[in-house]
Amino acid sequence: MEIRMEYYLIISTIMLFAGIYGFFTRRNLLAVLISVELMLNSVDINFAVFNRYLFPEAMEGFFFALFAIGVSAAETAVAIAIIINIYRNIRNIQVKKLGTMKH
Amino acid sequence: MEITIQETVFFILAAVIVGCSILAVTTRRILRAATYLLFVLFATAGIYFQLNYSFLGAVQLTVYAGGITVLYVFSILLTSTDNRHIEKIKRSKVFAGLIAALAGAAICIFITVTHSFGSYHLTGGELPVDAIGKALMGTGKYQYLLPFELISVLLLACIVGGILIARKR
Repeated sequence: MEIRMEYYLIISTIMLFAGIYGFFTRRNLLAVLISVELMLNSVDINFAVFNRYLFPEAMEGFFFALFAIGVSAAETAVAIAIIINIYRNIRNIQVKKLGTMKH
Repeated sequence: MEITIQETVFFILAAVIVGCSILAVTTRRILRAATYLLFVLFATAGIYFQLNYSFLGAVQLTVYAGGITVLYVFSILLTSTDNRHIEKIKRSKVFAGLIAALAGAAICIFITVTHSFGSYHLTGGELPVDAIGKALMGTGKYQYLLPFELISVLLLACIVGGILIARKR
């Protein structure tokens, strides 16, 4: 029995939709960000798997995964800075309290 | 049918990824969610190692598991007001999210399983770091100097933006 490519794709699909479920249901900004992190990570797995199985002589998927990791690290840093700033202003990071930022 | 060590490692990684990613979005305590995310990132690095992308696995370990998770844990500890207050989620919201996620996952997995990707097999050994460095620093076809420079400028902008947003006035 050989590890087929579809197995990796099914794993990353489950990870992606777990992230989407968390994005819909969580009410804490940091929990929403954790869900976004799950989604980005599943896409990186797909890039690496497609590159390794279908185009083993090329390196495009490898570099896209590498750059996606860098971009998501930058995104996380800025998002956490914003969340800490929000916490400093309204002492809360629940999503439904964020309407008060307008005033 | 004998089970090789490669398959054993793969199924352990798959179980860790599926279980921990579902737990990370369903647990009520956010610090536990961050811990489950850390396990998912470790297992993802394991998948990269299994695909013979050691450099990508090392980057995943240092950037994600080493950097981002620490950032999450610190910001959770900084912003946690009341530990006994656990977030309540409306039942209708959970139901709608569950329907959307399950329907989407079912469609995507169905398409993945039924689509024929043609003949393929796992070939090629370890991707040499020499080749990675030459492709990252070259300006020719299939070389990546421009995205590399772009991401360095992006990281600089993020450093400046992060400091500007999060500093005390």
